[in-house]
Amino acid sequence: MIFVTVGVQLPFDRLIRVVDEWAEKANRSDVVAQVGASTYSPKRLTVYAQLAIDEFKKFVEQAEVVVAHAGMGSIITALELGKPIIIMPRLASLGEHRNDHQLATAAHMAAQKLINVAHNQEELLSLLDKVGPLEGVHRANPHASPELLNTVKSFIQRVDHRERRKATVFNKLSSVLNKIA
Amino acid sequence: MSKKAKVIAVASAGGHWTQLMRLTPAFSGCEVVYVSTLDPGAVIGNARFYIVPDANKNEKLNVLRLFFAILKIIIKEKPDFVVSTGAAPGHMAVRFGHLLGAKTLWIDSMANVQRLSLSGKLSLPYADLCLTQWPHLAALDGPQFAGTVV
Repeated sequence: MIFVTVGVQLPFDRLIRVVDEWAEKANRSDVVAQVGASTYSPKRLTVYAQLAIDEFKKFVEQAEVVVAHAGMGSIITALELGKPIIIMPRLASLGEHRNDHQLATAAHMAAQKLINVAHNQEELLSLLDKVGPLEGVHRANPHASPELLNTVKSFIQRVDHRERRKATVFNKLSSVLNKIA
Repeated sequence: MSKKAKVIAVASAGGHWTQLMRLTPAFSGCEVVYVSTLDPGAVIGNARFYIVPDANKNEKLNVLRLFFAILKIIIKEKPDFVVSTGAAPGHMAVRFGHLLGAKTLWIDSMANVQRLSLSGKLSLPYADLCLTQWPHLAALDGPQFAGTVV
């Protein structure tokens, strides 16, 4: 099974269309897509506008490869489950996002060999044709790096942080609001 | 103080939320209240949860709705800490949290490789600690680097 996701906030018809046409040609009926706000109607894909987090994870788990925009939710979820990832970054010039940060994210993650990047239809098609041999990066750890976890933890545990600054006006506001609510 | 520290953890649905969930072990021993733009389902267990409207800089009306939704939550909950991985809802929570005397932590999304996100840049003056996930973006007068969510 192949799982395709472009998030839920913005349409990404360019990606959905290419995968749909590829599935048609390759005669694959096991391609599932979370298409979000995309407007293109796929002929071959099984589509969901928006999946709940648990359903999303289940599809990623079942997939032999995850094809996605360069969104961190898609990438991290696939990495957590050690799946091979094909990423096509959204381009601002085509109205696919507000800016080109997806290009930069994809480039940096590809440099670390975490993902495979396709910048256009041709590159995407050739990666899709290689789905079998593509390798995933195994990421067993479901949590952030120990360094980041320790930083967050010590930030919260520092005693002087718990001494609130005086905010008398706001404390009053708060009690008023709690009475109303 | 014997009372548990109260943390409000804020992230928009999608990638920001995925990154926030990878920080949860750091919240052990705290009372955590989550805020997001979609229902996160079972992943947060029994923790309390608020849903707020999503917004970006191009959606003025939603920005206003979000502004009041976050303000109300922060005033009502009076958190000791605000932690956010982005984006607009997190920025507002950091700002109001700072105003109300909470300690605030901003962790910029890993998606921001070339520069700090807009909401991160706006949060910088109000965050007691501001982190980037890319070492090359760390700066003396800007965000610090202290590891990544993956």
